[in-house]
Amino acid sequence: MRRIPRAWRTPLGITGAVVAALWIVVAVLGPVLWPYGPLAQDFPRLEGPTGAHWFGTDELGRDVFTRVLAGAQVTVPLALLLVGLSVVVGGLLGLAAGFFGRWVDETVMRLTDLVMAFPIVILAMVVAAALGASLVNAVLAALVVSWPAYARVTRGLVVGIRTADYVLADRLLGFSAFRSLRTDIVPMVVGPVLILASLDIGTATLLLSGLSFLGLGAKPPTAEWGSMVSTAVQNFDSWWMGVFPGLAILTVVMAFNFLGDALRDALDPRTAGVLEKAETR
Amino acid sequence: MSAPSEPSSGNPLLRYIARRVGVSVLLVVGVTLVTFVLTNLVPGDTVAANLGQQAAADPTIVAAYRSHYGLDRPLPEQYGTYLVNLLHGDLGESQQTHRSVVADLSAAVPATLEIAIGAIVLSILIGVGLGVVAAVRRGHLADSALRLVSLVGISVPTFWLAMVAFYVFSYKLDVAPGSGRLSPATTAPPDVTGLYTVDALLSGQWETFGDAVAHLMLPTLVLTLYTVGLLTRFTRSAVLEVLDQDFVRSARAKGLPGRTVLLRYVLRAALVPILTVVGLAFGALLSGTVLVEQIFSWPGMGSYAYQAASHLDLPGVMGVGLVVGVIYVVINLVVDLLYGVIDPRVRVS
Repeated sequence: MRRIPRAWRTPLGITGAVVAALWIVVAVLGPVLWPYGPLAQDFPRLEGPTGAHWFGTDELGRDVFTRVLAGAQVTVPLALLLVGLSVVVGGLLGLAAGFFGRWVDETVMRLTDLVMAFPIVILAMVVAAALGASLVNAVLAALVVSWPAYARVTRGLVVGIRTADYVLADRLLGFSAFRSLRTDIVPMVVGPVLILASLDIGTATLLLSGLSFLGLGAKPPTAEWGSMVSTAVQNFDSWWMGVFPGLAILTVVMAFNFLGDALRDALDPRTAGVLEKAETR
Repeated sequence: MSAPSEPSSGNPLLRYIARRVGVSVLLVVGVTLVTFVLTNLVPGDTVAANLGQQAAADPTIVAAYRSHYGLDRPLPEQYGTYLVNLLHGDLGESQQTHRSVVADLSAAVPATLEIAIGAIVLSILIGVGLGVVAAVRRGHLADSALRLVSLVGISVPTFWLAMVAFYVFSYKLDVAPGSGRLSPATTAPPDVTGLYTVDALLSGQWETFGDAVAHLMLPTLVLTLYTVGLLTRFTRSAVLEVLDQDFVRSARAKGLPGRTVLLRYVLRAALVPILTVVGLAFGALLSGTVLVEQIFSWPGMGSYAYQAASHLDLPGVMGVGLVVGVIYVVINLVVDLLYGVIDPRVRVS
């Protein structure tokens, strides 16, 4: 992990870190930065950008700038939550598959095959529609499609390490399977999986906002970027309603992608290859 | 996977193909099982979603509805019936459109394929080209610029880009036509393949062809951006890996011209990893169509999937899942078979 600071010194890495940090600050500070209330319908409707309303107002007379800032509190934490859950679920299953092998391995890997035989949005859409439209359900639906990448990467790494001399040596010394897993294997796997996770935050943001755009995530009054774009489609003349929330998604995703890219470049090329394959999802 | 000691009978390439096809058929059955379980295990109530509130309150109507769609049978029996019907090419009746799912899909699938095929061909041409340039000019300005472009490409929310493109080119500048597959005044060409461009050409309707192409442009280009980003990145790393190999150095040392080395040695060896990514990229493309079709009111699989999913129309969802699953499996199969052709080592492993 000591190599990370050097990786950030690439221009893209630095840009990514700064922009991501800005959005995190916006999400954490929340109401302190909002000029108005995100749900307050106090202003003339559908007005273009002005000094008082930098991003204009929407079809209900709400301030778009405030709603874009407020949106950071919805999408960014949920994307992080989704990635975190995927790491835990996929990581544990992959660990079990790689370490125990045999039927555990077969079962988990065939499951990942099946999930991966679907385009993610369509599968997530079915799950989200069935569970009912809500942000939490959108995260659950996205989790169904996003854990396999982690399971595969973790399994691949574990299989590579399991038969390494130092692991065998510890087993011969009488370490239990659990202890060997904890002290010899998990520490070797955590780094690359976390890098994959950092690369995945952007994808997670896109998936969640896409589900909200389809009306399967955030419900109307919530200031969520994807659903703001979807309302904007119905108010085509007011370009500002959709352009700015979209730019918010774009900058967040770009920031995390820049960061992840810089991190991966600093990695050992062998693990980088494993990660690249997983990343196409 | 046969043991290496076992005497191999017949052509190894044919055996390889047979094995892959067998695995693919199993995967498709698995896909139907997964969609079936997913759509049935989830707590959503399909009756309430498809019947009006009033009708859903009347037990006789609900019972009639459930028996019409076989929902009153035990789940394993429902699944068995589905599989038997599937063998007869029957995917059931949509609970939402009340037409057969096969009829619905045979209209929707070509609409989506028309965008997706255009987008994947463009992406391969542009993405692989740019990736090779980036790898050869590694560390130079071109490489950095391409890295930036491809990272931005994979970061753009597709549905937003589609909206902005539609707003700018169709609504403001009026250089692109409106939504849908054809202009309102144009009638669809006689249905042969369902691909309007091909059908128009087959019947010699040049104006219809032009109109269909014009309507295809924006959605195709929007979808292309994402996959171009993906393919540029992967081609770059695949080519870089090959550039370091001994046989490339030998080829250079022999004094072969740079272009020959690049095309005949490097690109050929890099083709296997690139192919894998093309297969995966096509999947990403199909996901992208769901969002893009919403903006362009494109009557394709994505729109159909969306409508089926949001109305919990189980036969519709199963149908889309099956078609998409089959497309995925076929693409993976083709990729696997191409491996066997490109790289003889694959056939025996």
